[in-house]
Amino acid sequence: MANRFDVRRQNGFVSVAMVCFFLLYLPIATLVVYAFNDNDSIVIWKGFSLRWFHIAWNNGLVIEASIRSFQIAAVAAMLATITATMAALATTRTKPYPGLTLKYAFINQPLMVPEIVTAVALLIVFSRIKIWTGYSGLGYLVAAHTAFCIPFAYLPIRARLESMDLALETAAADLYATKWKTFLHVTLPLLWPGILAGLMLAFVVSLDDVVITEFVKSGGQDTLPTYMLGQLRRTVTPEVNAISTAFLMLSIGIVTAFFFISRKRT
Amino acid sequence: MATAIEVAEKAERDDIRSRWLLSTPALLIVFVAALGPLLIVVVYSFLTPGNYGDVKWQFSTDAWVSVLFERDVFDDTLSLATAYLSIFWRSVSLSLATTVLTLILGFPTAYFIATRPDHRRDIWLFLITIPFWTNLLIRTFAMQQVLRNDGIINSVLQLLGITDHPVQLMYTNFAVLAGMVYVFLPLMVLPLYASMEKIDFRLVEAGYDLYATRSQVLRRIIVPLVTPGIVAGSILVFIPSLGAYVTPRVLGGGTNLMIGNLIELQFGQGRNWPLGAALSITLMAIVMVALLFYVRNTTRSDGAHG
Repeated sequence: MANRFDVRRQNGFVSVAMVCFFLLYLPIATLVVYAFNDNDSIVIWKGFSLRWFHIAWNNGLVIEASIRSFQIAAVAAMLATITATMAALATTRTKPYPGLTLKYAFINQPLMVPEIVTAVALLIVFSRIKIWTGYSGLGYLVAAHTAFCIPFAYLPIRARLESMDLALETAAADLYATKWKTFLHVTLPLLWPGILAGLMLAFVVSLDDVVITEFVKSGGQDTLPTYMLGQLRRTVTPEVNAISTAFLMLSIGIVTAFFFISRKRT
Repeated sequence: MATAIEVAEKAERDDIRSRWLLSTPALLIVFVAALGPLLIVVVYSFLTPGNYGDVKWQFSTDAWVSVLFERDVFDDTLSLATAYLSIFWRSVSLSLATTVLTLILGFPTAYFIATRPDHRRDIWLFLITIPFWTNLLIRTFAMQQVLRNDGIINSVLQLLGITDHPVQLMYTNFAVLAGMVYVFLPLMVLPLYASMEKIDFRLVEAGYDLYATRSQVLRRIIVPLVTPGIVAGSILVFIPSLGAYVTPRVLGGGTNLMIGNLIELQFGQGRNWPLGAALSITLMAIVMVALLFYVRNTTRSDGAHG
């Protein structure tokens, strides 16, 4: 086996790949290790300790920001997924009709514009609306997050719809099922993995957002990422490492779930 | 007979109408909270800055003039605004460098994953996906810990006796570049992998049968086959690099600004909203040019293959 000529081999590629994986994980590993450091410094190791997790857990601002992050992500991801599902149903499995390309461009627009530009645009518009209406609640953040989550929810749902067998729905219609019943009993169950994937993507994307949130939020509306961004300006203690580690575990959990859902699909 | 056609036409009209109704909520949200505000940015770029931020409703092209030129305070002549241009230049060159470096690192990595046996591919792919879905801020912060004066790189350098005092890595162009390569690498690997996965290795075998060397096979067979992936990956890395805000802010400090930070400054301390608006549109225009290049390239290669 070892002597057989391997057509797939390219000299040095395996080494570069290994270096790549090492470089990808070295910073993350450092960050996680120092979260358990029993010292005020994020670089000088003193011993294993969970105290920074305790401190973060008892930090009212961190908990408040985390809850706010989750609230926004949950509402925005739900809204984005529902509207994206509807939009996906409206834009797939059809002959081209006037406005179809326009819809694609429209829905994917948030992906094509640099985040900072959208952030500034929202700052301009929302600051004016805040003055006009006097409302300065979380609604602005939810609206902004929903908008940029829509394409992330839309893409997997649309991909799923396009790979689905149309014959099943035709069969349902042949058996005198109404459009609504067909959707509820045939389309929706088949579409479910796509919807779930879209929902999780939207949730993670909303949870991770820094730039748009930083510009849109009113005073006292920090989410976890904007809170951390503020902390990075000061002397950083391992508390930030502890928060990051917890956040990281959550992301890995969601990605793992996503990985298994999309794997089952194929 | 006519009624049958009418019924069919009516059904089609109803279908299109219900499709518009179904897509309305998504379109509306995107319009209100993404696309619409962008149009207002265009309007703002032609207004006069207000005294304390915001704008006065007075038409002016000053913002656009000052994107490129600076007006001399004494004799009112225009000269090239070197400060902004140098930031634009830094952004474009750092983004290009990021794209090239991620390609150099990402190409072998994607190739490595694509040539693993089926059952092990998923695991390697998973290892690329985890950093991809990890919060960008966390990854940038992780990079900061590596680059600090008392971070890993400097510790290792001192341990090996290469230097006796820490090398300043943070707050340099190098730090921004390293951070962006680190953060955007998965965006290069994933599309590259997607196109490498489809390589028909019988073509590679044929190349070897015809006495091609490994590097000839790479250059003449593999690279042309995965060109769509290279283009897609480059676009996916180049565009967010150009608009990067968090990475240069955290790793570059106050002196190594990129366009994103320059735009923010106009809405913060500088308080020149129209200029910020004009800079935003300039950034968006550069991105659109890159996207058009991508679209032209993909349609051409689709045509060539199909």
